[in-house]
Amino acid sequence: MEFSILTLIYLIGSVTFIIGLKMLSHPATARKGNWIAAAGMTLAILGTIFLYRDDETGAKLHNYGWIFGGLLIGAIVGTLAAKKVKMTAMPEMVSLFNGMGGACAALISLIEFSHYAGEGFKNSITEAYESGDQIDNAVLELGVQSGVLITIFAGLIIGSVSFAGSMIAWGKLNGKIKDFAFKGQHIVNQVILVAIVGLSIFLIYKIRMSVGPVDDAPTTPLNIAFITTMFYTVLALSLLYGILFVMPIGGADMPVVISLLNSFTGVAAACGGFLYDNKVMLTGGILVGAAGTLLTILMCKAMNRSLLNVLIGSFGGGNTGGGGGGGSKEQGAYKEISLSDTAVIMSYAHKVMIVPGYGLAVAQAQHACHELEKLLESKGVTVKYAIHPVAGRMPGHMNVLLAEADVSYEKLQEMEQANEEFATTDVVLVLGANDVVNPAAKTDPASPIYGMPILDVELAKNVIVNKRSMKPGYAGIENDLFFQPKTSMLFGDAKKVLQDLIAEIKNL
Amino acid sequence: MEAVLKWLSDSQQIIYIVILMIFVGIEVIGRVPSVLHTPLMSGANAIHGVVIIGAIIVMGKAEGDNYPALILGFLAVVLGTLNVVGGFVVTDRMLEMFKSKKK
Repeated sequence: MEFSILTLIYLIGSVTFIIGLKMLSHPATARKGNWIAAAGMTLAILGTIFLYRDDETGAKLHNYGWIFGGLLIGAIVGTLAAKKVKMTAMPEMVSLFNGMGGACAALISLIEFSHYAGEGFKNSITEAYESGDQIDNAVLELGVQSGVLITIFAGLIIGSVSFAGSMIAWGKLNGKIKDFAFKGQHIVNQVILVAIVGLSIFLIYKIRMSVGPVDDAPTTPLNIAFITTMFYTVLALSLLYGILFVMPIGGADMPVVISLLNSFTGVAAACGGFLYDNKVMLTGGILVGAAGTLLTILMCKAMNRSLLNVLIGSFGGGNTGGGGGGGSKEQGAYKEISLSDTAVIMSYAHKVMIVPGYGLAVAQAQHACHELEKLLESKGVTVKYAIHPVAGRMPGHMNVLLAEADVSYEKLQEMEQANEEFATTDVVLVLGANDVVNPAAKTDPASPIYGMPILDVELAKNVIVNKRSMKPGYAGIENDLFFQPKTSMLFGDAKKVLQDLIAEIKNL
Repeated sequence: MEAVLKWLSDSQQIIYIVILMIFVGIEVIGRVPSVLHTPLMSGANAIHGVVIIGAIIVMGKAEGDNYPALILGFLAVVLGTLNVVGGFVVTDRMLEMFKSKKK
């Protein structure tokens, strides 16, 4: 009876996940959708703790102290971390939490594996063989056994790759880890991947051989020490693969990588669902796996690149080739503009477009930005925002940020609309954006960002670029835009510059 | 070969779920406006925190004196909870901002 209630709870949980995701894709219902999914998750967790029964023995779960202790610590730390994190650091946070999920999946596989390679398992096999008539059953069990082993390995490998990769992505986004690539890294990666898969298949075969004869080959006893060592080798290789996989990919491509790792963790969770025949884990995991993959592809499309291109033709790799060299030849002269000149140009313009980027997020300048917009509007200037799909560190990053400052929805123009409007715009104010306005993406086939659609700000009459310094953007490449005669540079921290600019305009 | 077929028929429910869920996942996300990509990724991130259930089961089945399993399981429960709770709270914080704009 209790177990059937649990089945019902899992059913409800699965449905809330689907409804939650569905509602998350509409602005009006998104927040409610998030809570519906969270409620379903809570129900499923509590149901598991109190109602779960082992399939064979019917035993209840124990170790409640440990379980609640873990839940409590995780919940407190998780809530605090999520509440305290700044808006700018949210992408990192998502990556970090994703890594935790991956690690969790890998740990489950680690523990489950010891059940299969441990003494207890060996004994139960021997017992089964001593009572002769169970051999047939044991052979039939083989199929199921292999399925279980495959899921344990899959969970371990995918979970570890996701964990290691997410940690690197997290480090890269907060600037602690720099891009790193060496010659032939892709080949090394392939070799590691083949080694991981090969070793896993070999181990699964070995364990099966210990259960019963396979294809006329005689049963061989299990060498537990050997199997365990090999298992940890697979774990180590998977972690290494995760690190090497993300290391060479440039910071500008991190959103795509995080989204991909997100779907990896989903698949790892689904492996757990396979393992325990647990439908809610399976549903949730596969749902995220599929949705995450699609989201990854959508993000790649926004940059006009294929997923393969992002993963293999990474920015970091391009730097060692022609990309880095191309930058140095282009050191032309740029001109600076003073705050008062900027104030005059902007307040006498008809239409101003603001192009926000990561610099705006870092400086937390969204409120100052909104203030400038209101001030200019009161002077009869039309102000709009041009949002590049991958501006900032994640798609939608800028929208979230500007929404925080109460910028009206209608003022945000997507890339296609914005590009049509630049020709009739008097002043474009680029706030801490770089790669998304780099004309090299159109003109220079050698550039690592070649082919990415950009905001055509050079169509406008004047371009004012606010940056902290002349340092190149996250993709590490020079931007020709800054050296064009139309462009003027306004150096400084975005928030301070905006506040000074507002004061200056008020004084006019 | 027989073993593989046996496994297929034993697990057919699960295989059906996997295939259908792939389509549901794609269908549900297909119409999301790019504005919501980040919260959506974050929300999906929280949902794959269901691994926590696996961690709880492992933990609850471990014998009281099997300390390696208890410690690893405990770690798994902590990390899984971080994923779930942190994921939902971060998503809510992102979406909070969309709501204030709607007024």
